[in-house]
Amino acid sequence: MKKLLTLATTLGLLFSASATVQASPQQDLKEFRSYFAKRFPDVPFQEFANGVYAIDQASRSQWEAIEEFPPYELSIDKGKKLFETPFKNGKTYASCFRNGGIGIKQDYPYFDTATGKIVTLEGAINACRVKNGEKPLGWKKGKIADIAAYMAYTSRGNKINVKIPADPAAMAAYERGKQHFYAKRGQLNMSCADCHQWNAGNRIRADLLSPALGHVTHFPVYRSKWGALGTLHRRYGGCNKQVRFKPFKAQSDEYKALEYFHTYMSNGLKLNGPGARK
Amino acid sequence: MRKFPSILKTASSALAIAGSLALFPVTGTAAEAQAASVTEQGKALAFDRKKGNCLACHQIEGGKLAGNIGPPLLAMKARFPDKAKLRAQIWDATKANPNTIMPPFGRHKILSESEIDKIVEFIYTL
Ligand code: HEC
Ligand code: HEC
Repeated sequence: MKKLLTLATTLGLLFSASATVQASPQQDLKEFRSYFAKRFPDVPFQEFANGVYAIDQASRSQWEAIEEFPPYELSIDKGKKLFETPFKNGKTYASCFRNGGIGIKQDYPYFDTATGKIVTLEGAINACRVKNGEKPLGWKKGKIADIAAYMAYTSRGNKINVKIPADPAAMAAYERGKQHFYAKRGQLNMSCADCHQWNAGNRIRADLLSPALGHVTHFPVYRSKWGALGTLHRRYGGCNKQVRFKPFKAQSDEYKALEYFHTYMSNGLKLNGPGARK
Repeated sequence: MRKFPSILKTASSALAIAGSLALFPVTGTAAEAQAASVTEQGKALAFDRKKGNCLACHQIEGGKLAGNIGPPLLAMKARFPDKAKLRAQIWDATKANPNTIMPPFGRHKILSESEIDKIVEFIYTL
């Protein structure tokens, strides 16, 4: 055990080391943040919300120009309209959320101790529809992304505040997400951390790898590659495919757990979604 | 007139040498051509995004838009006097470093054995 630990630490693998001793989420969060603070000493904490543009001056001005006429603006308008349009039973989405659904994204995802499940924002949107006799929407793009974009927009500036309750099932979900993040997978044998932690700021071919800290602040995101908005789980699928791993389904327990861990790691960062990316 | 015979002499001795080595130069040229085409094939495989895609992480002379995750691949003969070690690194980089991001090209059958051989030949010329 001791030998394993020293081996892992000499290799700079802070996290597998902490995994062997079952660190608490709070401990993980502290180490995660200080890793990125050391790796990018010139980037102030809140700047990480800007993703790759926090560490790449060259592409930043281009991005700032895009954000002046945001390609997601129309989606926010569409989302607002959908959000405010009553269901057939006369109720609206507002009836399903705290504060009428305005400015609440920072609380998602959360662990529902009653059901033993993680609740994501998209999950709550579709649960609201089903509860009111409507069909659920597709998970990755389209209307659900528009509604989530509007809800994200009303939450801009609020700090991510994901909680891990003292509940064994919540801890298990958190650990599952952490495991997904650090485990090597796919034919190419790479973990999320390989690209977005240990090599954040390096180039893979011509692409600069963004730090995982701040990954989730601006979702759903408009990607030029997609020519539309997409949800976080759509992105997960894309990054899984890159390493030739068959992606999980959007809103599967696996991706919900990943989102839980991944978002918890960005606690304290201000939301700035929806965002625009390459 | 004095020069002529000597020229003839050297010319004929050169011919004689060429003649005596006749068997070797012929196969030598073919082998060289074949070797060149093996390294050419290796280069194409190393650069192909769907094959080695080594440029994703390594700078390699002649390759464009290389990443910088791994060390530039140069002076390979000096760094790997034993060619088998170079092949082993490409076949399964996790042997030397379990945490490496470099894909295990042989172990995970990303490349075939003969594709790896060709890439090794190419990388060894760097
Ligand atoms: C082979 C390298 C690689 C791996 C492995 C990888 N990604 Fe990515 N990822 C990228 C690249 C390249 C981009 C686009 C540039 C950027 O923002 O980093 C990206 C983008 C992202 C983004 C969008 C960032 C933004 O600001 O909008 C998220 C989120 C993300 N990845 C999460 C993950 C997760 C979670 C995993 C593991 C399941 C993962 N990635 C695995 C290469 C990778
Ligand atoms: C996703 C990134 C990545 C890819 C793709 C990749 N490598 Fe590597 N490679 C690395 C890293 C990082 C190292 C440093 C050693 C380590 O991580 O253990 C390395 C090390 C090496 C070394 C040892 C260099 C030395 O001097 O010690 C060789 C040789 C090598 N790679 C060849 C290749 C070849 C050939 C390919 C393509 C067939 C390739 N690599 C693809 C990341 C990569």
